[in-house]
Amino acid sequence: MPQPGTPLFLERRSYRVRRVMDAVRLLPVLGLALWMVPLLWPVADPLPPVQDGAATPVSMSAALTYIFGVWAGLIVLCLLLWSRARRIPPDTAPSGQG
Amino acid sequence: MASLNTLIAVCLIYVAFLFGVAFAAERAGIRGRAGWLLRSPLVYTLSLSIYCTAWTFYGAVGYAARSGLEYVTIYLGPSLVMIGWWWVLRRLVRIGRSHKVTSIADLISSRYGKSNTLAIVVTLMAVIGVTPYIALQLQSVTLSLSIFASAEGAATRIDSASSALWVAAGLALFTVLFGTRNLNANERHHGVVIAVAVEAVVKLVALLAVGIFVVWGVAGGLPQTLARIDASPIGTWQMQGSRWAALTVLSAAAFLCLPRMFQVMVVENDDERHLQIASWAFPLYLMLMSLFVVPIAVVGLDLLPPGSNPDLFVLSLPLSQGRDGLATLSFLGGFSSATSMVIVATLALSTMVSNHVVMPIWLTLRTGGATQSGDVRDVVIFARRVSILVIIALGYVYYRASGGSGALAAIGLISFAGVAQFLPVTLGGIFWRGATRMGALVGLGTGFGLWVYTMLLPGFGAGAILPAGVIDAGPWGISWLRPQALFGVEGLDPTVHAVLWSLALNSLSFVVVSLVTFPRPLERLQGAQFVNIFDHSGQARGWNASVAESEDLMIMAQRILGAAEAQSLFQSEARRQGLSGHLPEPTPKFVQGLERELAGSVGAATAHAMIGQIVGGTSVSVQDLMAVADESAQMLEYSSQLEAKSRELSQTAAQLREANEKLTELSLQKDAFLSQISHELRTPMTSIRAFSEILRDTEGLHPEEKTKYASIIHVETIRLTRLLDDLLDLSVLENGQVTLNRQSGALSDVLDHAITTAQASTDGRIAIRRSRGNEAVMLQTDLDRLSQVFINLITNAQKYCAADAPALTIDVARDGGAVVVDFIDNGSGIPAQARQVMFEKFSRLGLQDNKGAGLGLAICREIMHRLGGDVVYRTGTGGTAFRVILPQAQSLAAQ
Repeated sequence: MPQPGTPLFLERRSYRVRRVMDAVRLLPVLGLALWMVPLLWPVADPLPPVQDGAATPVSMSAALTYIFGVWAGLIVLCLLLWSRARRIPPDTAPSGQG
Repeated sequence: MASLNTLIAVCLIYVAFLFGVAFAAERAGIRGRAGWLLRSPLVYTLSLSIYCTAWTFYGAVGYAARSGLEYVTIYLGPSLVMIGWWWVLRRLVRIGRSHKVTSIADLISSRYGKSNTLAIVVTLMAVIGVTPYIALQLQSVTLSLSIFASAEGAATRIDSASSALWVAAGLALFTVLFGTRNLNANERHHGVVIAVAVEAVVKLVALLAVGIFVVWGVAGGLPQTLARIDASPIGTWQMQGSRWAALTVLSAAAFLCLPRMFQVMVVENDDERHLQIASWAFPLYLMLMSLFVVPIAVVGLDLLPPGSNPDLFVLSLPLSQGRDGLATLSFLGGFSSATSMVIVATLALSTMVSNHVVMPIWLTLRTGGATQSGDVRDVVIFARRVSILVIIALGYVYYRASGGSGALAAIGLISFAGVAQFLPVTLGGIFWRGATRMGALVGLGTGFGLWVYTMLLPGFGAGAILPAGVIDAGPWGISWLRPQALFGVEGLDPTVHAVLWSLALNSLSFVVVSLVTFPRPLERLQGAQFVNIFDHSGQARGWNASVAESEDLMIMAQRILGAAEAQSLFQSEARRQGLSGHLPEPTPKFVQGLERELAGSVGAATAHAMIGQIVGGTSVSVQDLMAVADESAQMLEYSSQLEAKSRELSQTAAQLREANEKLTELSLQKDAFLSQISHELRTPMTSIRAFSEILRDTEGLHPEEKTKYASIIHVETIRLTRLLDDLLDLSVLENGQVTLNRQSGALSDVLDHAITTAQASTDGRIAIRRSRGNEAVMLQTDLDRLSQVFINLITNAQKYCAADAPALTIDVARDGGAVVVDFIDNGSGIPAQARQVMFEKFSRLGLQDNKGAGLGLAICREIMHRLGGDVVYRTGTGGTAFRVILPQAQSLAAQ
């Protein structure tokens, strides 16, 4: 429920600011999800595979590329959001959670 | 081969350089210069890099060589925390700044009612938790020195114990010199921060240099390196999922809770906006630091003889390739990592120890209490210096005790898990108002106990402290109490096992005890302020200071802040209060502010206790809390009342303006009418006078002439009478003196009569269209008056309709229960601005003619009001249209 005195709908600019902040809030969730993907990868099994065609383990270079790729992507996104939020003057930025 | 002596010389020069930088920064900070550098987001981000210690620098490669990509979890957790700065760090920094928090122990104690017990517990836990970490740094520096020594040959064997001792002594000296120079508010240390930032650059450059050398110098390029990685012993993804997830969580928790991280992230933070920049810059730093770890590990495993310590590949790899310069740079990088961590960690810990352990004890021992004279600052600074020495000594002892043998990564994880126990209490404190002090104490105790039992003690090795039998079979043979298989859960990785049980039971007991206990008033007050930090950053009042003597407060403040600073603080407050002397009135607000100033130097709990000694115990009661709540509720209500009133006022003002406009217009109309009525009266009067004079004075008039003149006089008199009748009629109607003569009749008859009358009085040039079918309505009203209204409307249409072939449509319809009669002509309509006033008396549209006095419509409306109906102007018909509304009671449906 909106507090008295705060508008229910915003003009375009403030609306944009709030959506940028939403993205900032959700970014770590995205990062966590992507970095937990390796949990699903097949692991080299010390026992011989029971059946043929069992998934081959992921190679280290692929794993490295994936993890560092996610890392770089998150940093770039975070940088973009920061520069986006910075261009908007602070007095129009919402103080609440909006 | 770089000789050991050269290395030590380089090292000393580097340390001297750091001393110089720290000294210059300290000087610049005091003079207020170079603020742009000292308070830049770059320095803030770089200072965060003390997260990357020697464990990162050396240990990560060793970690990767032993267990593949697992090392990266240690950096993923903090990256997520930084990217998600909005959730937790933003709150922590705001709380730290507005409550002048000096350490993580201060934060926790302050949140839970400025409890000193809690502060002591957290401090002890932090010291125990961080000691292995300090030992790890000493170990890594010693190990790296020994690599150079062994490379030089057996002739210069170095004694690892004594070299560790020297390193420890040097670090202690640096920390004492720059960490305890001032007892500044907010505990900011420009010298240390800038030195840490420089070291951050050195270690990054060193690690990147080694990485680039390995990838492009040794392996021969990126594709070759990747191929080599896939062909190596760690060439496939081998990871226990539980470890991957648990270590990520653990490192994120430790990143928030490590005392040194709290120091640089929250306490040394100058500007909250720096946090946003660090949110992408610091993950970038972490990524660069861990980028070349796997290539170095793989190439090291490949090239170096089996059995070499993988923790030192960063050094031994360049050495084996004959790159002494690179090896020296790498050594400096490792040295930087170790020293910056030890300095900041001991600084943070010593602040905690002196504020939360030494000061309270000292205050209790000195029975004179806070009012006693004498400078406390010396005591605090001395306590800090001693604490620094003790903490570094503890690290050294741990190093000696653990034999300097364990892998770096394992030691680091033990430390991480120890400090991570602060996480539930910290997060609970800033997000949940229901968290209580008892809950925090029990939670911390449970978590810490489990950590010691399942991780720290077994970490020394079986038989060192815990007998091997206990580890294998449990104490007294109780198998479900085995330290590495609690409650019979076997098969878990020991680290995951310890982290899982300690954090889970920690959180559980914290929440459960918080739920069943009741917080003290101060806890509730602080809890509300911490959780709602963004709603009201202002401090609620806490002291009832009327009993406090300003002089006592002054004496105490001088002892902590120093004489000059305390005096200027008191003087400025006195000026603010408008007093001429040096001592202000001890208003609650002032005492609150003073407590916060003191908290910046000695911590919240101690400051609270000291003020409490003077003011006389904590004064916050439940009544006070209620009063605070009441006050804000009242303010809220008052402001909403004000808002409503101002809205009402602006509405009234608008109405008044409207009324004023109407009045002005009416007054103009009245003036116009008066001149009009004089004209109207004068014209007939003039002709009456003229013709009567002719009749009287002229002899010999023809009888026809006499008749003619007399009839002119007669007509003019009738005209006058009609005018006066109208005025009288209106006045009677308005005064409500009219008596209605109710009869029943058909609407069509009334209309017939009205039309006949209206057309008889004029030439009847207007064509009238009627729909007789709808007119079969029986009425029960004053038919004569109604007929008068109709006549008026029809006459108006006849007079004013400007069309070439004027036509008037009379339409009868039912609208709800009422009967409406519309009079619509095909004229030009009435302009919008005239519609407002056309029913007013004396209102005439424009200057059309002088036939009417502007009373017709006013009379119509008055009559209709008397009859219980209305007459309104209808828009949107194309011409002038009036609607006469007859209410239901007066219209009886024709049978």
